[in-house]
Amino acid sequence: MQIRSMFFKANASAALANPVLQGNLRTSKGKFVDKRRAAVADFEAEGGDFEAMRAAAAEVRNLVLKDLDLWLEKFESAATARGATVLWAKDGEEICRHVVDIARRHSVRKAVKSKSMLSEEAGLNQALEASNVQPVETDLGEYILQINDNEPPSHIIAPVIHKSLDEVADLFEKTHRKPRKTEIPELTREAREALRAHFLDADMGISGGNFLVAETGSVALVTNEGNGRMVTTLPRVHVVVTGIEKVIPTLEDLSLLLRVLIRSATGQHISNYVSLLTGVKRPDEHDGPEHLYYILVDNGRADLVGSQFQDMLRCIRCGACMNHCPVYQTIGGHAYGWVYPGPMGSVLTPLYNGLDKAIDLPHAATLCNQCGVVCPVKIPLPELLRKLREQQVEKNLRPWLERVAIKGWAWVAGKPKLYALGTWFGVRYLNWLAGGKNRIGVLGAAPEWTLGRDFPAPEGKTFRELYSTRRR
Amino acid sequence: MSSREDILGRVRRQLGRESAPADAGRDIDAWLAVRREGPRPTLDGELLSRFKEKSEALSTTVDVVAEWSAVPAAVARYLQNNGLPMQAVGWPLVSGHEWTAAGIAFQGRGAVDADLVGITGCYCAIAETGTLMLLSGPDTPASVSLLPETHVAVLAASRIVAGMEEAWNLARTELGVLPRAVNFVSGPSRTGDIEQTIVLGAHGPYRVHVVVVAGA
Repeated sequence: MQIRSMFFKANASAALANPVLQGNLRTSKGKFVDKRRAAVADFEAEGGDFEAMRAAAAEVRNLVLKDLDLWLEKFESAATARGATVLWAKDGEEICRHVVDIARRHSVRKAVKSKSMLSEEAGLNQALEASNVQPVETDLGEYILQINDNEPPSHIIAPVIHKSLDEVADLFEKTHRKPRKTEIPELTREAREALRAHFLDADMGISGGNFLVAETGSVALVTNEGNGRMVTTLPRVHVVVTGIEKVIPTLEDLSLLLRVLIRSATGQHISNYVSLLTGVKRPDEHDGPEHLYYILVDNGRADLVGSQFQDMLRCIRCGACMNHCPVYQTIGGHAYGWVYPGPMGSVLTPLYNGLDKAIDLPHAATLCNQCGVVCPVKIPLPELLRKLREQQVEKNLRPWLERVAIKGWAWVAGKPKLYALGTWFGVRYLNWLAGGKNRIGVLGAAPEWTLGRDFPAPEGKTFRELYSTRRR
Repeated sequence: MSSREDILGRVRRQLGRESAPADAGRDIDAWLAVRREGPRPTLDGELLSRFKEKSEALSTTVDVVAEWSAVPAAVARYLQNNGLPMQAVGWPLVSGHEWTAAGIAFQGRGAVDADLVGITGCYCAIAETGTLMLLSGPDTPASVSLLPETHVAVLAASRIVAGMEEAWNLARTELGVLPRAVNFVSGPSRTGDIEQTIVLGAHGPYRVHVVVVAGA
């Protein structure tokens, strides 16, 4: 996917000024938060300890990352023993090359896809189309985006959270050429019928992978719609595209991670379909793929191992961080400009694409730590954002005015008398601006800051003045 | 250099070891040997009633009958009460029941698009979440629980276990290796993609009905 994160400020402003988007964001606001909170409360009412489970989940993910090379080899040998082919891809281009090769080898004309964020990273649909393979997205949300001229998703588990019922109804009427539906169940039924035909005549299924289980050489897929099952049951070829960090050790670890993932993502206790797929179909079996390929993708992940950002590789893609982020909730996901929005996206986008291409994302957060508190694998997201900000300063990637201002401040702060004089003037200037009130409506030096809020006025004297008069 | 060597090589360099260390795999083998379970609540009460309660919360309907011989009539009753067709595709594994006597035209095979009712057995079920564990195989084709609009599963009460961990242990002990597909099914297919409004029957069945045999 073409990165547009360098235009974050402009995109965020446009999102704020878009009344339709703002209305849709208001409709969805808080729903995921309430569902997650209720699911955690239910779990604790049954005697469960959600915090202990988060700690255990983080521990399992850390255990894998500490020996990631060895776990990957373990997975590879177990999967190969069951008849799967394991391929490796350094970047998005190599993902596309592998998938197109596989499609050619098996004379594939149509590929049905279950959600894969990595295929978004790679721009896989465009590559397939260029090779005369028709890609069909089958997750309802992803399908809606595909028929809307390949619009990018705005949320990692609810891709059309930014769209209203009316917008979907218009789109279906235009695409399916059927009378306009106005109810969500009718629209869902119409999509079901359109997509069922594709499931039945596709030659290839492409899925992501929620987890790779090293013990058994399996991929675990979690869906509610059942499209994950369709894609891996009906076509004769199945390709799994997933990141190298998705490997976990055992089926016990899978059980633990599912408990935290599902509650954190949708607030369910269990998703409708959890499938664990191992190898190809037996000759006497009615369904299942004859050929199974895993494409294990780096695309920036390997370099994070052992680095100060390794914690980010624990991520299990639940979306809780964006659901709880005041910034994401206000601007939606598109403004972030790449595949992953919200706090996890603000960390991943600069790490995978270069800090210079996503200069504003580490600042697209209030550091309120709501994301850190809800993360099911305890990723310290605000801390990682702060480290990215530090790197920006070290690499001189901040605007020159800010750099000069901070250098100037540092110089003055090193000279106590000058500093005292500066604050003496500063306090009086701010009091003059406040005009006798305790707050300032328009701040002269930063008028944008006071567009939506007031700046508190100082008490009237500097700390130093107060200290010297009150000292005994 | 192949991408495999490149990726694994970079992971090793980042971990500060140029090639796999001599004692590599010790931690891995230890973890695999122990298979430590994560923290989870212990379930109070009886597994069947817990399974029923959790299933119903997922919009699955549950009927409990006393013995195997009562299953076909219970399925026929369910189909009739819901105005569903009396023809069904089913797992070859459950073709031994007296379906015809109960008025159900049963065909044991994999499902196709036109099939409206699919009847399966169930390897085991999970009380914690109200989940069915279905294993694929020649006699248990995965399509039967997926393509038809209605999925009816027959479950022996003795095969209800507490959690997913118990289900894995059962499979390890009884089968040794996993089948191609282990499908955990928890209620009808659903989606919340449009305005986070939950709708049943996205791609899979609209209805899931479980007939539990209490004395089996």
